[in-house]
Amino acid sequence: MTEAPHTGELALDIRGLTRRFREVTAVDDVTLTIPRGEVFGLVGPDGAGKSSLIRMLATVLAPTSGDALVFGRSVVKEAHAVKPRIGYMSQAFSLYGDLTVRENLDFFAELRGVPRREMAARAERLLEFSGLTEFQKRQAQFLSGGMKQKLALAATLISEPDMLFLDEPTTGVDPVSRREFWRIIAGLHRQGITVFVATPYMDEADRCNEIAFMAQGRIILRDTPTGMKKRVPGRVVEIAVSDYRAAMPVLKRLSYVRSIEVSGEMLRTLVDCEDDGACEGEMRALLSSSGLVVEHVRPTATDLEMAFATLIPSVDLPERDDRAAGPEVPE
Amino acid sequence: MRMPWNPQQPESCVPDSLVHSDDAIVVSGMRKSFGDFAAVDGIDFTVKKGEIFGFLGPNGSGKTTTIRMLCGVIEPTGGGARVMGYDICSQAELVRANIGYMSQKFSLFQDLTVDENLKFYAGIYGLSAAKFAERRGYILEMADLRGREKELTGNLSVGWKQRLALGCATIHEPRLIFLDEPTSGVDPTARRHFWELLNELAAGGVTLFVTTHYMDEATHCNRLAFIYRGRIIAAGTPHEIKDELARDTILQVEVADGEGALAALEGEPGIKEAYMQGAMLHVNVGERSAAEADLPSRLGSAGFRVLGTDRVEPTLEDAFVHLVGKQGGRA
Repeated sequence: MTEAPHTGELALDIRGLTRRFREVTAVDDVTLTIPRGEVFGLVGPDGAGKSSLIRMLATVLAPTSGDALVFGRSVVKEAHAVKPRIGYMSQAFSLYGDLTVRENLDFFAELRGVPRREMAARAERLLEFSGLTEFQKRQAQFLSGGMKQKLALAATLISEPDMLFLDEPTTGVDPVSRREFWRIIAGLHRQGITVFVATPYMDEADRCNEIAFMAQGRIILRDTPTGMKKRVPGRVVEIAVSDYRAAMPVLKRLSYVRSIEVSGEMLRTLVDCEDDGACEGEMRALLSSSGLVVEHVRPTATDLEMAFATLIPSVDLPERDDRAAGPEVPE
Repeated sequence: MRMPWNPQQPESCVPDSLVHSDDAIVVSGMRKSFGDFAAVDGIDFTVKKGEIFGFLGPNGSGKTTTIRMLCGVIEPTGGGARVMGYDICSQAELVRANIGYMSQKFSLFQDLTVDENLKFYAGIYGLSAAKFAERRGYILEMADLRGREKELTGNLSVGWKQRLALGCATIHEPRLIFLDEPTSGVDPTARRHFWELLNELAAGGVTLFVTTHYMDEATHCNRLAFIYRGRIIAAGTPHEIKDELARDTILQVEVADGEGALAALEGEPGIKEAYMQGAMLHVNVGERSAAEADLPSRLGSAGFRVLGTDRVEPTLEDAFVHLVGKQGGRA
């Protein structure tokens, strides 16, 4: 993403936002500001509270305490003023399968109170923008998964929001369709729309201007993707070896190997040692003497997966089921 | 052709001559049409016993329809398959008894406890009391669910649910398991843990048939087949599939405005393919070295700030984009 223009204005100003469901605190005193025009990524383990946070920001879930200002208006006291400026695509966003692509857009336009004289122009522009023009007469149920997601996004954009909340919009979508979806987001970014997106894909998080790591209801870190990678304690060494499964226990014996992750057919190890090649040499020798054929052992760049694995405390928490809390209301 | 005079004993749909004793799955000319639409359009492939076999393809390309046929849930409209030696047309019941199945949507009862879910699946597969006790112990251990036997499944974290679902799918110790997007929407750490379990099963000789949209997971598979619009367009080991791009040069470009640079490059001479890979721009310049040398200056003179250019080994993700592009299409 290009850098967001520094207008100084905040799109989001979250102040101590908290949501409890019975004894579970799903969102725990979150304070966060997001400048206007950014693509901001929300990343965290399942059950971290990401969806509950987004639902409060989108004014469909009432906070237990705290508040959030969207373009200066309170989601608690001025939801009516927030709603016209935002679009929200939930995980459960549903289209009408027996309506055509175009009919779905018209339906959401009406629902969001788009003036009738503007409806046709907007629908056409969005169809073009999302690459769905040639499919506009197709029933939504016959679209591929990737196209359905694009139509859902187009429907969310029909009210021309200044801020978009997207809750895992590309889950279960193939790599090519995900790219197309992110091209659309990049286009929105160029138009100055602020995007707040939760995603389980680290390559998507890497494309955001900034990201926040959320765990156990709290924002534990907020930084640029580059900054997050710099926070990883240690260096990353990539190892290509004849049998990576056999190599793992061998490498675990080394005291400076903090963690090992499998990446494709290669291993990525996080090591706590000097950048002088000594550790690489020792790893290579140890693997060879264990009867493995070593293709390479070399330092490599840290990625967000590694940041995720090392910076977020791994706790197997019970999932918060906030769906029980109230019905999903589109408006 | 089915024999109308003997509906109780339909003919087998794969000749014995095609099936070898080390084959877990043999698919031959398998087809499934819904009206005019051929969801699966005559596919052939073989899965060897003990393999982790990855089945890839864009959304709506026929993956789930294929799995449902292989599980003996729906009948093909042409051709067929042998699964663990049983014919899916004439022995569907035996197929179902000898496989395990886990889908993207957890096949668990949320309002039953962990133990009740296990009992339910043990009942379906007719396990004896002694066998159940043994399998229950094994699964609770494997899924790290000891002490949570009485907990409501709905209250478990996604990671636990996923492991419990795997346990239920394997309670009858099938030698072949179908996993349909088992890690969709799951965070990176939980995905890694889940694959450790799959690797353990595979090490025990169980055949795994997996669909996934995560290309890093696909790289863990022994062999892959790639389905697109109902046809297999590529098959082989991850290496063989990446060889598709062996003669091409792929450049990874770090540029301030990736999407902008991408738009500027598309359709330009010497540029075979260009797309975003995370925050990086990937450019396939084909076999032409001229384009490789030119690229930074070309982008520079178009006003894009290039921060670095690297020649990179093609990944499966690159191959996926390439294969879909080669079919002339969008996902």
